[in-house]
Amino acid sequence: MTGTDTSSDQPVIVLQNLVKFFGRFAALRDISDTFARGRLYVVVGDNGAGKSTLLRVVAGLMQPSQGSVTLLGSQNVREVAHRIGYMGHAPLLYDELDGMENLRYFAGLYGLRDDDVCRDAMRQVGLDPELERRVGQYSQGMRQRLSLARAVVHNPELMLLDEPFSNVDVHSARDMATVLGRVRDQGKTIFVVTHQAPLMEPVADEFVHMAAGQIVARETMPRAAGAAR
Amino acid sequence: MSQISVTRSTLLKDLRMEWRSKDAINSMLFFSLLVVVIFSFAFNPTAEESRQIAGGLVWVAFLFAAVVALNQTWARELRNQVLDAYRVSPAPPNALFLAKVLGNFLFVVILEALMAPLFVVFYQLRSVGPVWQLAVVALLGTWALVVNGTFFAALSIRTRSREIMLPLILFPISIPALLAMVDSTTTILTGDGTPDFWLKMLLVYDVVFTLVCLLLFETVLNAE
Repeated sequence: MTGTDTSSDQPVIVLQNLVKFFGRFAALRDISDTFARGRLYVVVGDNGAGKSTLLRVVAGLMQPSQGSVTLLGSQNVREVAHRIGYMGHAPLLYDELDGMENLRYFAGLYGLRDDDVCRDAMRQVGLDPELERRVGQYSQGMRQRLSLARAVVHNPELMLLDEPFSNVDVHSARDMATVLGRVRDQGKTIFVVTHQAPLMEPVADEFVHMAAGQIVARETMPRAAGAAR
Repeated sequence: MSQISVTRSTLLKDLRMEWRSKDAINSMLFFSLLVVVIFSFAFNPTAEESRQIAGGLVWVAFLFAAVVALNQTWARELRNQVLDAYRVSPAPPNALFLAKVLGNFLFVVILEALMAPLFVVFYQLRSVGPVWQLAVVALLGTWALVVNGTFFAALSIRTRSREIMLPLILFPISIPALLAMVDSTTTILTGDGTPDFWLKMLLVYDVVFTLVCLLLFETVLNAE
């Protein structure tokens, strides 16, 4: 018994009075909100609005200065780490290894030893698993795709993605957005922090607007509202 | 996932990356080679003098060379912020630490094996005491260097001048181990007495610092 919640009607993320200080600067200011299961949230806002900080706090990479985060029913992120996928602003990949070697290693951290799982993840993002080129020689778009494959290789219930389309050409970014839509359709919850909001419009369920360290508005997309009805 | 399987896969990944880049081993070899050659020309010692000074010379050379490998260890994890991928995974933090220690241990032992014949040739070293005891000192001493070095390298990765920070923290705390390594090596080389006390001290040092580092590593890994 881990004490974690798996029921589908409970929120996936509960933020309570979340505050994060960097020195005297408050990057997150008293955020309290909940996010439901099986939806694709797009977090938007100006530079310095606190989007990436929020994502890092939710992922457990930063400790909040005050308040709490409940993920999948647990306040201990390590307890549910195997159910979360995180894609950072940087690719989080080893340049000296090829794509499959990277995925094999990271899948191993989640207890997965099956090469087919890694191949499927690569195919899912449009990469060739047989490509033996090292990641250091990948284009920026290929790195981002592989980074996405790394985040989904263990089939997480909750995906936290920070700027997945940065330095990616529009065509590849649209493909990635479509992949995210498909993953959401499988019942996963996805959080995407991005400056390229229009790319996500066709697949997003809700836009979460941030400014000055606070969530200032939540805007449900007509498609998602229709689906809910 | 078990600690052993993650340690094994991380170690194999690090060995593969080092095999491809040879960053650490090349720098360590080059540095040690310079120390051997320069000190040999500077002092030109007799065989008897060599036995007296070799313990200090060898271990100081390996200590400085090891720092090169220790800095490389975590530099790889910082590029592309790969360490974050490990931190968000459910893999045990100590598995990462153990893999890094084992990898560094292997690199430094390989360096010692390659450099030992050169020390023998350049300093006309002939051990009066049993040579196998030198191997025991090398293994225990190397573990002492890398277990602390790996831990303090992890501690200093988020500091601005980490290359400078590591020796500043590591060298003072390694003094007891260094003393034991140098004295036991000199005792064996000269045949004056037995190195038992120093070997026991090294063993206790290794056990204590390995346990302390394992206990504290998770805190260091997740420090902001």
